[in-house]
Amino acid sequence: MRFCGQPFCLWLALLAPMAQAQDYPIQPQQVAADSWVVVADTGYFTPANGGFLVNTAFIATGDGVVVLGSGPSRAFGEQYRRVIEHTTGQAVRELIITHKHPDHFLGNQAFRDVPIRADERTSAMLRSEAEGLAENLYRLVGDRMQGTEVQLPTAPLPTGLRVVGGHRLEFIAVAGHTQSDIAVFDHTTGVLYAIDQVFNGRTPTLPNASIADWLAALDRLQALPFKVLVPGHGPVTRDAGPIHATRRYLQWLDGSLREAAGRGLTPNEVMALPVPAEFAAWAEARDEWRRSVGFLYGRYEQAALPAVDGR
Amino acid sequence: MMTAAIPPRTLPAAAKRSPDARQAAANVGRSVALLSLLCLLSLLCLLPLSAQAASQADDPLHSVMWDVMQRNVLHGAPAVFDDRVKVSLPRQVEDGQRVPVSVDATALGQVQELLLFADYNPLPLALRMTPLRLQPVFSVAMRVNQATPVRAAARTADGVWHVGGQLVDAPGGGCALPTATRNSTDWGTLLGRLYGRVWQADGQQRIRLRIMHPMDTGLVGNIARFHLDTLRLSDASGQPLAEFELQAPLAENPLFTLQLAQPAPGPLQVSASDSDGNFYHGRLQEQP
Repeated sequence: MRFCGQPFCLWLALLAPMAQAQDYPIQPQQVAADSWVVVADTGYFTPANGGFLVNTAFIATGDGVVVLGSGPSRAFGEQYRRVIEHTTGQAVRELIITHKHPDHFLGNQAFRDVPIRADERTSAMLRSEAEGLAENLYRLVGDRMQGTEVQLPTAPLPTGLRVVGGHRLEFIAVAGHTQSDIAVFDHTTGVLYAIDQVFNGRTPTLPNASIADWLAALDRLQALPFKVLVPGHGPVTRDAGPIHATRRYLQWLDGSLREAAGRGLTPNEVMALPVPAEFAAWAEARDEWRRSVGFLYGRYEQAALPAVDGR
Repeated sequence: MMTAAIPPRTLPAAAKRSPDARQAAANVGRSVALLSLLCLLSLLCLLPLSAQAASQADDPLHSVMWDVMQRNVLHGAPAVFDDRVKVSLPRQVEDGQRVPVSVDATALGQVQELLLFADYNPLPLALRMTPLRLQPVFSVAMRVNQATPVRAAARTADGVWHVGGQLVDAPGGGCALPTATRNSTDWGTLLGRLYGRVWQADGQQRIRLRIMHPMDTGLVGNIARFHLDTLRLSDASGQPLAEFELQAPLAENPLFTLQLAQPAPGPLQVSASDSDGNFYHGRLQEQP
């Protein structure tokens, strides 16, 4: 067995990617009349999950399906569209891109024949950043990105109320998670699609975040009379719990980074600091803390250092 | 120190022969194994005497570039892999333009020189520190062009380089993409501005010092190489505390964190220069 060990492991290693070549586990969950959410894995981008870690949603309006987010890859987008049309019995009428992160728009190729809507700022950022974001996902996810190419938004996404079929949909600008984010509130069903402004049981990601804007956005979302809350990552709820939790996390993160910079800690020392139990229990807690220190700590360091050049 | 134990490779092939041959091969195998063990033991005894053992096969980070690093960065001087030289950095970064690295060689005692370099960078060497009165410790951010070993080498008085390191996984292009500041800021007002502060902690002094500078590598189209090249820290009377040679692979607006075991009387004096011959000066006060 000792000498068979190596070939045997090789054989297993060859089998592993074959096992991964299967479909994404897309299981729509009905959250209200005409309304479905696909709740994804809460991990990070890996070859094993194929980048399937973002919630997507769709509303069968009676005048075609409005889809929120196209997922991380072409394969996901194509499979997702089949699932949507099978589940609703209606054709897709448009795709909404809520913000610029790659797990929300790299399935766009499967929706080429319908308007792909994003607000002006997101569209502009995607024109310059999308290729780089896609490349990075290829690096992290590997094989299951095959055939994925950037398909930019093709139509505007005005904010405000729009009646689509039997649904009154309000598109709300709530920047913070990125420089430009859109939340969707369905006044007809009471479902609030907060997408990445709210994380539930999964540590928020902050590569493009403004914490002050994000906190203001959470206040605005909390004030809406919603019955169902759809976060970008983690399970759907019927209360504002995840909004409170996301707010607590951002406030803790902001305070911790400011205090660390005041003590003169280096980024590596800050990355090694403990995460409180409430947040440590969330998926990806330590890794997202490390990433957030990388993204944000520099601003706090600079604010803590006075000029010493006499100018 | 680390040495590589190379498994006797003849054994698996021998095992597929006839029982007799297998027995004979096993005997040979055993003698070979015994012989290798003896060689290894004698090598181990010799190591402390002749400490030039850092060959590619010994590299704990398995870098195919190690021999090149030893030749080009350490100029062929004797070197050993030594985990008393601690390199801390995130195992994975999202931004290759700013990898925070912390180096601590205090476990070696007196250190003459301390280097920071990355094997797979087009320009490996980022920094050369002559600690003088500072501890052989620093933190700074550097660029990496791809996943790479990041290493620190500390030269002790006997002329031997002690090498520690860690791998970092990074997206491509950290050295060859325009930096955020270069894209968005008016360098006329920012270039050469100095920020800093001194902290007292556990009887030691911690110094943090930032110099605003694009640190252009010359690898980005239409932007010539332009970087800080020297930095000197002195006490109030002008006696040097440490000297640095700085190279373009350091991140833009480099922020140094340094450590003094014996607090020096302030204000500390900072002077730096860049590859265009500009000079920058500042004075660091302890904060009340």
